[in-house]
Amino acid sequence: MTAPPGSLLAAHGLRKTYGPTTALDGAEFSIHPGEVVAVMGPSGSGKSTLLHCLAGIVTPDSGSITYDGRELTTMSDAERSALRRSEFGFVFQFGQLVPELTCVENVALPLRLNGTARKEAERAALAWMERLEVDDLARKRPGEVSGGQGQRVAVARALVTNPRLLFADEPTGALDSLNGERVMELLTDAARSANAAVVLVTHEARVAAYSDREIVVRDGKSRDMERLV
Amino acid sequence: MSIGHTLLGLLESGPRHGYDLKRAFDEKFGHDRPLHYGQVYSTMSRLLKNGLVVVDGIEAGDGPERKRYAITEAGVTDVERWLATPEKPEPYLQSTLYTKLVLALLTHRDAADILDTQRAEHLRNMRVLTDRKRKGDLADQLICDHALFHLEADLRWLELTAARLDRLREAVTR
Repeated sequence: MTAPPGSLLAAHGLRKTYGPTTALDGAEFSIHPGEVVAVMGPSGSGKSTLLHCLAGIVTPDSGSITYDGRELTTMSDAERSALRRSEFGFVFQFGQLVPELTCVENVALPLRLNGTARKEAERAALAWMERLEVDDLARKRPGEVSGGQGQRVAVARALVTNPRLLFADEPTGALDSLNGERVMELLTDAARSANAAVVLVTHEARVAAYSDREIVVRDGKSRDMERLV
Repeated sequence: MSIGHTLLGLLESGPRHGYDLKRAFDEKFGHDRPLHYGQVYSTMSRLLKNGLVVVDGIEAGDGPERKRYAITEAGVTDVERWLATPEKPEPYLQSTLYTKLVLALLTHRDAADILDTQRAEHLRNMRVLTDRKRKGDLADQLICDHALFHLEADLRWLELTAARLDRLREAVTR
């Protein structure tokens, strides 16, 4: 099966088992540039495995994943790592910032790892921190900022390389409603203005409401809810 | 809740007299609000007039004549359409949704589909409210938040019900 026309990332017939457990059982997925798609489902439904497969972190047992016309499942580890560094951004629920580095150094880190000079990397990092309204925290270390602030720093870091695709796995899971909401507003605004697509894994409907559409994963199978309304 | 659609759905398993319909309705759906005979007969005459049921037979007894009703093809299509249409999110939505679910299970339709369609409709509403909240002032935010929290509660009920669908099927078809 070919990817839907114009899609940035498309997956078809994904299967993945861990021993006797079937995590994905023919899951489908597609996302267009600049689109925010929520992936929902109960605990253990396979949504995290789906995200890991889509991001090239885990290789499915069978099925295809096409990113911008290239087949992800047949790439070498090195090719997939290069793709993740240059094209993808990641935001997780916990523990993403390096505690020994300041916030601006954390945000600049992906650029530094790609070989950008320190000054230039930190200038770009500060610009993103400003958009996420955390530029005043630049010289603080992660241990000195609140959970909500830390998460916004993490979003800035995920976007600093101008990724075309952002993977956010329960990005507000550890935050209260007000902070979670602010993170979602800033995350989706920033991603949309950069035309980055967002794969948003969440179990919270109020977070999913920031997406353009949602798919639900149950027992390793996905369902595109947009087709139901 | 649409009594007409519910009675139509109950007729899908076979023709019934008005009295049987009332009994089946009360048993499945009328826990705290049993139907009045008058409601059954006025609903059945409306369904008859609209071609959704036909009189399948008349029994003469000691009292008034007893009509037996059967659902028509148009009636089945009408039930089908009603089940597939999501409800407008509003308070006390659950009683209508519960009725739809039980009818779907009784008539061997896909009850999970009804829950998913409703869920998609709820999320569509939540998106509209979230967008309005982002663009609005504090008053908009407070009004939208109130609605969002209620929709979220409905969604949690939908999810829990989806997880309990197998048990509900067993209970209903027992």
